[in-house]
Amino acid sequence: MAAKKLSKEKVGEVLQELSKFRLITPVKSDDVVLFREIADPKEAFLEYGNSTVPPKKVVFPQTETLFRFTIGNPELREKNVEEEGTTVIFGLRPCDARAMSIVDKLFSWDYEDPYYLKRRELTTLVGMTCVQPPSINCFCTSLQGSPFGKDGLDVLLVDMGDHFLFQPLTEKGARMEETLASYLEDASPGDVERASSMEEEAKGKIVRSIDPQGIAEKLPSLWEDPLWKRVSDACLGCGICTFLCPTCHCFDMQDEVERGEGRRARMWDSCMFCEYTLHASGHNPRPTRKERTRNRISHKYSYYPKRFDVIACVGCGRCISLCPVNIDILEILEQVVEA
Amino acid sequence: MKNPYIPYEAKILEAWYETPGDRCIKTFKVTFADDKVWETWSHRPGQCAMVGIPGVGESMFCISSSPTEKGYLRFSIMKVGKNTTAIHELEAGDTIYVRGPLGNWFPMDEWKGKNVVTIGGGIGQAPLRPVIQYIRDNRDDYGELTVIYGARTSADHCFKDEFQDMMACGDCCCHLAVDVEEENWPHFVGFVPQLLMEVSPSPENTIAVTCGPPIMIKFVLKNLEKLGFTPDQIYTTLENRMKCGIGKCGRCNVGHIYICKDGPVFSYEQIKDIPEAFA
Repeated sequence: MAAKKLSKEKVGEVLQELSKFRLITPVKSDDVVLFREIADPKEAFLEYGNSTVPPKKVVFPQTETLFRFTIGNPELREKNVEEEGTTVIFGLRPCDARAMSIVDKLFSWDYEDPYYLKRRELTTLVGMTCVQPPSINCFCTSLQGSPFGKDGLDVLLVDMGDHFLFQPLTEKGARMEETLASYLEDASPGDVERASSMEEEAKGKIVRSIDPQGIAEKLPSLWEDPLWKRVSDACLGCGICTFLCPTCHCFDMQDEVERGEGRRARMWDSCMFCEYTLHASGHNPRPTRKERTRNRISHKYSYYPKRFDVIACVGCGRCISLCPVNIDILEILEQVVEA
Repeated sequence: MKNPYIPYEAKILEAWYETPGDRCIKTFKVTFADDKVWETWSHRPGQCAMVGIPGVGESMFCISSSPTEKGYLRFSIMKVGKNTTAIHELEAGDTIYVRGPLGNWFPMDEWKGKNVVTIGGGIGQAPLRPVIQYIRDNRDDYGELTVIYGARTSADHCFKDEFQDMMACGDCCCHLAVDVEEENWPHFVGFVPQLLMEVSPSPENTIAVTCGPPIMIKFVLKNLEKLGFTPDQIYTTLENRMKCGIGKCGRCNVGHIYICKDGPVFSYEQIKDIPEAFA
């Protein structure tokens, strides 16, 4: 699939064209950038670093109905995700797209999760490169990612300054190219070459890093190590590191009933919460923040790779930047390496 | 493919109390509202199901009946939380919802030709019951069956009639215990790990299966090793809080294992080096 050129002046028209689908873009809401369905292309906020809230909720909503029921009637009415319609996420960052490709493994191993996988099927991801690292805590390049990464994306828009290089990457991407054909021009031969040198330049601007080699194997051996107490002492158990993590996928299931109409829903949950593992008997296998922190790090860097062959972290740095008490996953991993 | 989050509607055929008290245990015999479900349903000893009531929730329970018992499923449920309290309110004729079968099972085929010793404590007998029933219904396929079971008092014993039946029938060796002395108790007085040493089964061509409270399991495992059982001859079940039951929601993990999907049945060999398995 050949790369095309998309002039930045035409982005408004492109968004107008895409609004025939369920169109999701970054939007600015007070000081927070998040992804939301937009009605008007002007709402799109594309000149952003990275969003505070990752776009994972588009395919894995913070709360979603699994089925509905009426008290007294045995019938269960399954939620039809298809009704949500074809969806385009326009302007997400490569790390967040890669995160979706990582989470896909969880939702499709053994039992297929019909809700998540249907949304993934309906959704086309149009990503934008990071010319500048969006955050001082970015470390995607340590984890097989790149500010120009393509994993999980259907189209990559390489920011060339006055225009984008439009690179379709998948079949969905090719269909997107057809949809937008009238807004695209042929790319100039030099652009593709320039894009690859820009990628190297962008990678070079990322300052933080970790060498993940050997961490997966080492973590289980540090089970009783005092480092877990040390690194979790400051933790408030607020769960923001998991809620804003693009690869965190844990959920709770709850029933809600109002005036005889009910639903079973699932909603994001966090391994950093006490109730997460609390047995009905009162026993809790992870009674303190020490065990919970150990599980969070081990899950991402040891259990997930053991099971799915990939680290469940993309190096977006959100958990570092947004932790209210400055707990830093890279500092924890450095202690793991040194322990 | 069927949506794995949608439970089957089922009807309670019979319900009775096994034990008294605040944390009483009640057994429910259920069948599917739609008979056709039985055509596709097949479970094996050790497997679980989510049982619940829309509007309240659902929780994971072992299926305490053997697949050789046709036309119904049994669940023996201790009243401990929100879901189990609501389930305990139900009686014969009421509707309940069942999602499963979930998880793995005891390798009954591999155990053919071997002696089997079950060591249970309290409600831990529920996952052992289908193993015992399965062997008794396929008696020629297995060697000696030894059943060791204890609870705090004789009133706290589950499946009392069935133990009496087993003792009378002679197709297995049944040993019962209560923790403390009580009047007219003709059997062992003491903890299950002690009764295990008293019975002292030979490890020769034998599988030991143990389910019960964590503290009992801990000492049973020690004692089985003293008796010469190797970790691959010992099986147990693990449990944790669960929501999805299909390896997605995350919370039931011990190490990289999801108990709901990879378990609940594990050989001691599989889990002995995972520290969180006994947390």
